[in-house]
Amino acid sequence: MPRHTIIAWMEDKPGVLARIANLFRRRNFNIESLAVGHTETPGVSRMTFVVEGDSRMVDQAVKQLLKLMPIIRVEDVTDKPAVVREMALIRVRTDAQTRGEIIQLTEIFRGQIVDVSRDSMVLQIVGPEERVDRFVDLMEQFGIVEMVRTGRVAMTRGDDNNNNGAKRKGTMGL
Amino acid sequence: MAKKRSGADIVWEALLAEGVDVLFGHPGGAILPTYDAMTKYPVRHILARHEQGAAHMADGYARATGKVGVCMATSGPGALNLVTGLATAMMDSIPVVAITGQVPTTLLGNDAFQETDVVGVTLPITKHNFLVTDVHELPWVMRAAFKIARTGRPGPVLVDICKDAQIAETDVPLPDPDDVHVPGLERYPQVDMTAVREAAALINKAKRPLIIAGHGVLLSGAERELQELAERGSIPVTTTLLGIGSIPETHPLALGMCGMHGEAFANMAIQKCDVLIGIGMRFDDRVTGRLADFAPNAKVIHFELDPSEVNKNVQAAVAVVGDAKESLQALLPLIEPVSRAEWLRQIDGWRRESQERDIANIEVDEVIPPHFMRELWHVTKADVIIATDVGQHQMWEAQYYIHQRPNQLLTSGGLGTMGYAVPAAIGAKVGRPEETVWAVVGDGGFQMTMQELGTIVQEDIPIKIAVIRNGFLGMVRQWQQLFYEKRYAATPIFCPDLVKLGEAYGIPARRITRRDELHDAIKEAHESKGPFLLDVKVMEEVNVYPMVAPGAGIDEMIRRPIVQNPSGMTPAW
Ligand SMILES: Cc1ncc(C[n+]2csc(CCOP(=O)(O)OP(=O)(O)O)c2C)c(N)n1
Repeated sequence: MPRHTIIAWMEDKPGVLARIANLFRRRNFNIESLAVGHTETPGVSRMTFVVEGDSRMVDQAVKQLLKLMPIIRVEDVTDKPAVVREMALIRVRTDAQTRGEIIQLTEIFRGQIVDVSRDSMVLQIVGPEERVDRFVDLMEQFGIVEMVRTGRVAMTRGDDNNNNGAKRKGTMGL
Repeated sequence: MAKKRSGADIVWEALLAEGVDVLFGHPGGAILPTYDAMTKYPVRHILARHEQGAAHMADGYARATGKVGVCMATSGPGALNLVTGLATAMMDSIPVVAITGQVPTTLLGNDAFQETDVVGVTLPITKHNFLVTDVHELPWVMRAAFKIARTGRPGPVLVDICKDAQIAETDVPLPDPDDVHVPGLERYPQVDMTAVREAAALINKAKRPLIIAGHGVLLSGAERELQELAERGSIPVTTTLLGIGSIPETHPLALGMCGMHGEAFANMAIQKCDVLIGIGMRFDDRVTGRLADFAPNAKVIHFELDPSEVNKNVQAAVAVVGDAKESLQALLPLIEPVSRAEWLRQIDGWRRESQERDIANIEVDEVIPPHFMRELWHVTKADVIIATDVGQHQMWEAQYYIHQRPNQLLTSGGLGTMGYAVPAAIGAKVGRPEETVWAVVGDGGFQMTMQELGTIVQEDIPIKIAVIRNGFLGMVRQWQQLFYEKRYAATPIFCPDLVKLGEAYGIPARRITRRDELHDAIKEAHESKGPFLLDVKVMEEVNVYPMVAPGAGIDEMIRRPIVQNPSGMTPAW
């Protein structure tokens, strides 16, 4: 099943996430990852989510989202030129022998070492999902103690797309 | 700034500003401040015996008047009792605003007495809902609730107001509706002329076009345009259950209802047509039967306001997203007048063959429900509003009553909610006092909301109720007979003496057991000034046909039996 990356802009109101989660569950949409946060416009949140399914299902997901009152805009960026990134924090087991190799690999992947303790290190890596995947694979051999991934966030390339908040006329509630 | 007033006052101020002069409800602790303020305002409150009744009344009121219906309940159990009514309205796109009380904000989330997460519960069964914790938000929320309920594809909206927000005061004025902006309402589609032209081209080329008209035709008031399209292009029209009334059923191009219990000739026309024009309908499984075999020869044109309904079930060759009336107005000038005589003759042949199988042709002394429906039509001559419940009688009414007007039939199509008819009829009568309103209901469904007889009497709402009493949960019994080898598990149902029940409430009642009593009894009920309860004892094990078995193609029907020499025969269905 192909995976689609969809961006939704919504009013930043209590309960909006519950509405979206409820919609996905009820309509049986298979959501692989979901990242939500603020935008350049106060009061507008932006969600990037990855949905797995055929084109009919993705079409439904977009249209059903658009029926939610607080949703401002929805865009499927799967086939558009876009910057797509994910971040991971990985705590990996270290000892005197492995430490050097881990540091080298992290540098090759343009990751960062964000914490060091006696027998583990926390590494941060940002990049397209596949790069994060490969890095995680490589770290596996040393022993991953703990990991967190943010899920995809995306933004289309070019400068003609800055209308997420600008299109917005109203607000839900005061 | 407006003058300082309480949240409770704002509720009534908003209702009046929205033109509401009647609502349906049942009070309780958490909504008490709002009820207390009610006495200061010129509104009529109908006290329902159960909140489900209140929600169906608001729904029936909305269907009969085209206005937003309003219901009110207290927190917890009160609000929960509304749930079935809200889901019914949601499935059938009915504009309803429900106002519920909630525990004070200080207790929210504490499992307080009569606290239920009503916004959570009603999330999937409302078009939108609000929890109001701050009185300053209330003026905006009340306006938004009405705007959301009636704009675009209508639906129910719930406003849950914490008790302290009903008591607190604010000087925030009620906004002008035009200043209330909701992102979800700002996507109202404009008529897409490219799609309209493509649709016209397909229709003009079609040899065997067919229209399926749905509820959207009624909601957008596109009946005239529908009829003009049909007449100009000689295009026959079948309807969904909720589309009944979009074209007079006496019209030569009207084929009646299609689908699971639709007319055989309508279903055959769907299977044989080359262009299928769905207008304001959503290709529900009760209409399509097995999707893979639905309308195999047809290119589908779909006129639909809600984009999410397009390509959901049936792939459209052309989708015209927009209001049905606006789209049809744009389409009509592009339609070439054609007489599709051969196609119409073919359908007429199927129709004649079907009429031989009309079980209303059967001569029996007992009453069978089709005879009741036909007689109801003879007496009332379609000058009436009818609310039906759910089950066999609902299908027989749809098949045998000859509907003429839009919004003359009120029925729960999408959810199939038993218990709907009586409260919906009450709501309709309150909204349209000049009309005679009938509730046609089974003995099962009647017993689900018959407590509303008390409402009829207390509030003086003279509706006519016909209980089609077959001693069974008839439609379920029919399935058991056909698909479960007649094991009638839990379908025989006791019904109290309805004449005595009427007496207990002070409602005139009459029992019919024989066909030759039908006319007089229906006439007496119809012409009586007050409410009337008809106990119609009907033959027990009669089935509704045609029937498409669940999962079958819509032309794989169990047909009605052929009735050639009816006199005296014992029916074998
Ligand atoms: C609230 C509710 N419960 C159960 C059902 C399932 N159901 C559909 S039809 C039916 C039987 C209805 O019996 P009755 O009201 O006597 O009408 P009849 O079919 O006999 O005309 C039942 C139980 C339903 N539709 N709604």
